[in-house]
Amino acid sequence: MIKRDAEPFLWMLFSAGGVVSAMLMPALLFLFGVAFPLGWLTPPTRDHMATLLANPLVALALLGLIVLSLFHWAHRFRHTLYDGLQIKHLQEVIAAVCYGGAIIGSAAAVYLLWQAR
Amino acid sequence: MAESPAYTYHPRWLRRRVSTYWWLEKWSYFAFVLREGSCLFVAWFVVYLLLLIWRVLQGDAAYQEFLAWSARPSVLVLDIVSFLFLVYHAITFFDAAPRALVVHVGSKRVPQQLVGASHYAAWLVASAVVFWLVLGA
Repeated sequence: MIKRDAEPFLWMLFSAGGVVSAMLMPALLFLFGVAFPLGWLTPPTRDHMATLLANPLVALALLGLIVLSLFHWAHRFRHTLYDGLQIKHLQEVIAAVCYGGAIIGSAAAVYLLWQAR
Repeated sequence: MAESPAYTYHPRWLRRRVSTYWWLEKWSYFAFVLREGSCLFVAWFVVYLLLLIWRVLQGDAAYQEFLAWSARPSVLVLDIVSFLFLVYHAITFFDAAPRALVVHVGSKRVPQQLVGASHYAAWLVASAVVFWLVLGA
């Protein structure tokens, strides 16, 4: 059960995640999801990628992007299920899956970026 | 005080039952659901990024495998759709920002257009930095 007083904090994470994902994801997705696969641009070498990931500033920015975006998704998805599909009886399960998923994803990001140092 | 009368009927609820598919009734409702649904594509791209980082760490062969996988038609189509949703997400977020963010300089309120425009400018700069970092200076 999500306590009422947690709601403003979760909303803040949602909002912050919305802003960072809007700022960084379209460019990243355009490169790695569209331009490289279609051969419009040459993908960077593995060494260049590894150097980038080993940079503490890049790693920190990526970590912030991943963690906040996950909580953005969790919050928005949870509320869309409540309001859109009017699933009220599964509140606890939905909240556990959403925020639990966000926490697991965040842990994976911390682990991977730590390895990349 | 008068005793409450014993009603023999139950008053009808004023609440109208809302269909589960209420968001198909109007374009503006549907746009709302598309906007909220954009979060699924945000989540997909987080997974994609985590996979990319993981494969880079595993070495060149794994990284090349990831690049080949990303060119598969099913992945490519999902990524193109995700890109469109993320652009929609960005536009709706930046358009809402001036209403959510009230900035004052001294006693004057910064015009909403300026708050909105600065978000778009920051988006442009952030995208340029991403391109510059990934593609190499």
